[in-house]
Amino acid sequence: MSGGEADDGPERMYVITGGRSEAGGRAAADLDLVTLVVARSVPEPGMAPEHAAIVRMCQYPLSVAEVSAYLELPVSAVRVLLADLLAGGRAEARAPVPAASLPDAELLEAVMHGLQRL
Amino acid sequence: MDSRGSETLLPGPRHEVGTPPGPRAEDALPASAASAVKVVVVGGFGVGKTTLVGSVSEIRPLTTEETMTQAGVGVDDTAGVERKTSTTVAMDFGRITLNEQLVLYLFGTPGQERFWFLWNRLFDGALGAVVLVDTRRLEVSFDVIGRLEERGVPFVVAVNAFPGAPVHPVAELRAALDLDASVPLVDCDARLRTSCRDVLLTLMRYLYTLATPEPQ
Repeated sequence: MSGGEADDGPERMYVITGGRSEAGGRAAADLDLVTLVVARSVPEPGMAPEHAAIVRMCQYPLSVAEVSAYLELPVSAVRVLLADLLAGGRAEARAPVPAASLPDAELLEAVMHGLQRL
Repeated sequence: MDSRGSETLLPGPRHEVGTPPGPRAEDALPASAASAVKVVVVGGFGVGKTTLVGSVSEIRPLTTEETMTQAGVGVDDTAGVERKTSTTVAMDFGRITLNEQLVLYLFGTPGQERFWFLWNRLFDGALGAVVLVDTRRLEVSFDVIGRLEERGVPFVVAVNAFPGAPVHPVAELRAALDLDASVPLVDCDARLRTSCRDVLLTLMRYLYTLATPEPQ
């Protein structure tokens, strides 16, 4: 783990997430790639830069995957950051459609209808 | 064959310093967006997953990284002992706003066995999968199809028409892939939005038949 380009190595992740792993937070583990996140506040002085960046970009709903893409951080790290914001009431999560063994007909009809308009 | 590929990237800051990261204003979802569903596009390297995702996505495809946080069980890497926590795989994804409340996300993921560690979270709650096939390299599709069947993930098979690729009669291809007769197998051109949309519609109709079994 040495070398000149260690900015994104485990050390950076450790600093960003405060050393917490995904396994440590139930709320973090519950966040799916397509859970939609919406900010419930605006960036405030004293917020960690990553928290502020998430709050700023989530003024409209955004999926966990998109937050990860825009922040250029692995999903596992983003889950931890989002869990902080959710716990502090600074963001709200809109859960994905509950995972059934098979999706229901009504949902599929909505998807088909939406695709047909493409 | 594919130890290097555009789909395995090292993370690194790419946005301009000073520009806050986030979507462009025109890429914002409606404030009313309440829930999202996902579909996974699986296939080997270079089969056209990213092209397919980009063809139907309303946003420029984005890239997210998933890291393997557990010990590298099953990683066929002799350096696995010291590198066990650093396996990172990039996934391209796109988005389709279906209506004011519902959003569809499409994730492209590599089909090779060494990337299967991604699948647990990825397929959790997914509606289903599209297996994208290149007729010049059927062997990757074999493993993918077997794995999806094992996991009970419903899927359709889409054959990406590459110029110069051998054209197989559907029946022959179905036999070669050992596909169940009920699994839809369709041709597509991953570069065309309508063609990719039709693949997704084929998947949804197939899921619909599974969700609404005919009365006995």
